[in-house]
Amino acid sequence: MKDYFFQDTIGKPMDRVDGRLKVTGAAKYSAEYELPNMAHAVLVGSTIAKGSIKSLDTKRAENAPGVLAVLHYQNAPKVPGYAQAAHPTEPKPVGQPLQLFIDNQINFNDHPIAVVVADTLERAMYAAKLVKAQYNEEKHATDFNKNTAKAFLPTAAKRNPKHPLGDYVRGKEDAYKTEPLKIESEYVIPTEFHNPMELQSIIAHWEAADKLTVYDKTQAVMGTQNAFAKDWKIPVENVKVIATFVGGAFGNGLHTWPHETAAIMAAKKVNRPVKLMLTREQMFTMVGYRPHAWQKVGMSATKDGKITAITHEAIGQTSSYEEFTESTLQQTRMMYTSPNVTTRYRILPLDVSTPIWMRGPGEATGAFALESALDEMAFVLGMDPLEFRLINHTDKDPEKNLPWSTKYLKEAMQMGAERIGWSKRQLKPGMVKNGEWLVGYGMGVGTFGANRGRAKVKATLHKDGTLVMQSATTDIGPGTGTAMVQIAAQNLGLPPEKIVFELGSSLYPPSPSQGGSATVATVGSAVHAACQALKQRLTSMVAGNADTSFKGATVENLTFKDGYVSMTASPSARLSFADILKQQNLPELEVTEESTPDASLRQKYSMYSYSVHFAEVQVHPLTGQIKVTNMVSCADAGTIINAKTAGNQMIGGAVGGIGMALTEGAVMDHRFGRYVTKDLAEYHVPVHADAPNISSLFVNKPDLINNPNGTKGIGEIAIIGVAPAIANAVFNATGKRIRELPITPDKLI
Amino acid sequence: MIQFQYVKPSKSKAAIDTVAKDQSAVFIAGGTNLVDLMKRGVMNPEKLVDINKLPLRKIERENGNVRIGALALNGAVAEDKLVLEKHPLLAQALNAGASAQLRNMATVGGNMMQRVRCPYFYDTAMPCNKREPGTGCGALEGYNRMHAIFGHSDKCIAVNPSDMNVALVALDAVVLVSGPKGDRKIPFAEFHRLPGDTPQIHTNLQQGELIMAVDVPENPYTKNVNYLKVRDRNSYAFALVSVAAALDLDGSTIKSARLAMGGVAHKPWRLNEAEQFLAGKPATEATFLQAAQIAMRGAKAFEHNKFKLTLGPNTIVQALKNASGVA
Repeated sequence: MKDYFFQDTIGKPMDRVDGRLKVTGAAKYSAEYELPNMAHAVLVGSTIAKGSIKSLDTKRAENAPGVLAVLHYQNAPKVPGYAQAAHPTEPKPVGQPLQLFIDNQINFNDHPIAVVVADTLERAMYAAKLVKAQYNEEKHATDFNKNTAKAFLPTAAKRNPKHPLGDYVRGKEDAYKTEPLKIESEYVIPTEFHNPMELQSIIAHWEAADKLTVYDKTQAVMGTQNAFAKDWKIPVENVKVIATFVGGAFGNGLHTWPHETAAIMAAKKVNRPVKLMLTREQMFTMVGYRPHAWQKVGMSATKDGKITAITHEAIGQTSSYEEFTESTLQQTRMMYTSPNVTTRYRILPLDVSTPIWMRGPGEATGAFALESALDEMAFVLGMDPLEFRLINHTDKDPEKNLPWSTKYLKEAMQMGAERIGWSKRQLKPGMVKNGEWLVGYGMGVGTFGANRGRAKVKATLHKDGTLVMQSATTDIGPGTGTAMVQIAAQNLGLPPEKIVFELGSSLYPPSPSQGGSATVATVGSAVHAACQALKQRLTSMVAGNADTSFKGATVENLTFKDGYVSMTASPSARLSFADILKQQNLPELEVTEESTPDASLRQKYSMYSYSVHFAEVQVHPLTGQIKVTNMVSCADAGTIINAKTAGNQMIGGAVGGIGMALTEGAVMDHRFGRYVTKDLAEYHVPVHADAPNISSLFVNKPDLINNPNGTKGIGEIAIIGVAPAIANAVFNATGKRIRELPITPDKLI
Repeated sequence: MIQFQYVKPSKSKAAIDTVAKDQSAVFIAGGTNLVDLMKRGVMNPEKLVDINKLPLRKIERENGNVRIGALALNGAVAEDKLVLEKHPLLAQALNAGASAQLRNMATVGGNMMQRVRCPYFYDTAMPCNKREPGTGCGALEGYNRMHAIFGHSDKCIAVNPSDMNVALVALDAVVLVSGPKGDRKIPFAEFHRLPGDTPQIHTNLQQGELIMAVDVPENPYTKNVNYLKVRDRNSYAFALVSVAAALDLDGSTIKSARLAMGGVAHKPWRLNEAEQFLAGKPATEATFLQAAQIAMRGAKAFEHNKFKLTLGPNTIVQALKNASGVA
């Protein structure tokens, strides 16, 4: 804990406010609600990747004990909000999420073809096995490598060449090609799956014909509410979304999925609440993934290490029915000084389900290529890769030509290099050994936009001096409630144990989804605003007191501390928040404040969070076994609200990065277009034995241009840059440059 | 729901009789594999005979053997004093398998009966001769990175997934079996089968035969042993290749050796010829390299598992180095 600088409440490594609930099992996740008369649904998926259903035999399932309904494209309740094709024979419009049970088309293997509803889960599972489909099979295309020629510029960029997804040229196009000192390499990452511990689940309950309540695993309370209101053409306020606890998501809860609609349809049909939880196997086909990506980086530099040109191209996988894009190439445009930068992004539609953002979306993929290429270029130059990055460090945004709001990447690099013992690193690979094991050191830089959105918080100060705040954000694990309590404690001058922050319900004031590392900047700013408003109200109250000891009180000349207000100049004049309310005869004092970022600041400043990751690995030269033996992850993420939860996020991201680098990757059998690694035994998320001691260090300097608490996001930068740090360390250990992840032992023998 | 009967007899005779006369009945002990397979619809027994009441948990010295009861838990065996003293190789192999949670549920008998982890066996929408004879081997021209390089047939190229089995075959264990026709002993090397034309037959046990115990004869391999498992993640992953190596050293000369591999065949793969080669040779890296080459004779790889032709011998050399202490 000595790594952190504590100041008042903000920054303290406070225990999670809901930690006890989580470890005792009292925290209730979406599938854990029990509603009276609840039925259970199981989704049935196709066993072909492309074609149509020829016939569907549901008789046996319908006649199985306890079965209430078997829904499919021929009998499912119509979703009124689905856009209908003008003619049934016309293909579905590309670019929209999968619409459930609208026709007999199969777009990917495990495409939902039916949902079975029964009175118990076991009966539903059994009946689901009895549903049999015959197909008109068509030739599918699932193999990325065999189809790269079909990749295209995303429609958004076709319509508007200035779109961030469009081709980008700064200086001369592909300038590296004619330079003498250059590298050119291709990099591949496989499809990766979020695999949060909690499976996706929903309980759908039609409380009236036009009134829907869902207990849903989601990162987006309002997004989910709006989506279902639109689908079912009912007023937004008639849809209630409850997501009090979310057991990890990493992005796959950012929008709604067909299984949710299946449960809602089923609940409508059987007129009972319906629970549907995906199986682990279905988590590989129903709720998105980090798309397979091919990348190529060309880079040139002068002998003394100045980058002269970078060209970065990427192709990302998407589905045949929806254009999924991510900002894979963004950091290449702004990270280094290079006068010549070219980026080209394409997407490749395949007969697979649609991807979704996965932690550090796009950027984590892009950073693997960019930061590996940096290492390759430094090696060509015979230069230390840290020195190479410092030489090409940029003090302003070369893409937007704007100053940074804040950037302390150099400080982060210095902290991390010291902690890992970077001076032990040798330029030549294979020089450091520990017994038989080859030791290597590598680094990788990460960046992600310091995003901030608009949020509203309701804050109620009760007459017992406690504060309850509410906002419709979610907590997928970072400790949102804890951070908000600390922000309020600091800003209002109230002990944290007297503050409660409630989230995860659409009944609360609106907040955006928890994604893009924006929650603390967004909701924290609204908490800040609510606290300021409360202070203002309390100030007016004491200033108007008959007792004149607070005469002339303003927010500025008062001290708010430990639940008391006092005149800073004469602290003997002191009143507790509770007493102020009592004097006013108020049972409570309620404010609702919205906080909106000042858009003009985004015209004046470029805002990013930064991370730098250092890895020490050992590789066995005979067996190819790889051990990450030390990791240091450093972040420039503005003010750190909670040293423990922030450190926790960094460590989690680093472990995710270890998975990306060394263990994770889905394998599909392209003869069937069907995954062959679809459980946690075969799809290898890293385990404790793969994770070394991981130090997380923070620069901890505020970015007050971004928001009043000075925070920048952590969630994404915690993983962005980790995979290349490890891959670069493997190169430093072995001299083997592995450009296709994951780096498994067979690639190193 | 899927209907099945469940009985929990307290006498082994009753358990054996029940399964012997009912083709759709199976024994269940820890259930760490069978329950998974039932949930996925890969195995659909109509009757489960729970043997957990039978007194088969003991680990004891018996007539020059360490006798391990069929219901002894993997975790308990790995930590057992007698096992650690007499057969440290077995303890190492057990600790390399699965996860702590699984080892605390899985039994020794159950581990021997563990089915293959081939993805085509597990996915009922895919072809698999083992699950559904005649449908073809999905792995043969599919994804076969984890598959066999020895003893495979064109009907099946799956591997036995157990780590424990590799140590037991190296240590000349004997399986004590009780069945409707009485008791018999099966040498460990003959317990599992190669797939041949009948990959659906998993072991040489007959219907109703119950594993009572496994005898591991006391031997000189108490010190210079190593179980080396190379895998895609450092715990809870099946072996790409594993090697059980045991040496009896006289100074720097190998008096005798035991050597077996996992992750390479449909049964734990004993390397008799390499063992014979090692006997009487100096314990040097050069010797180990030659032994490894002998061990790999006859290996045949597929599209995705060619690396095993290199990783196999490398792992043998490294395991022998670890066992002998030769740097």
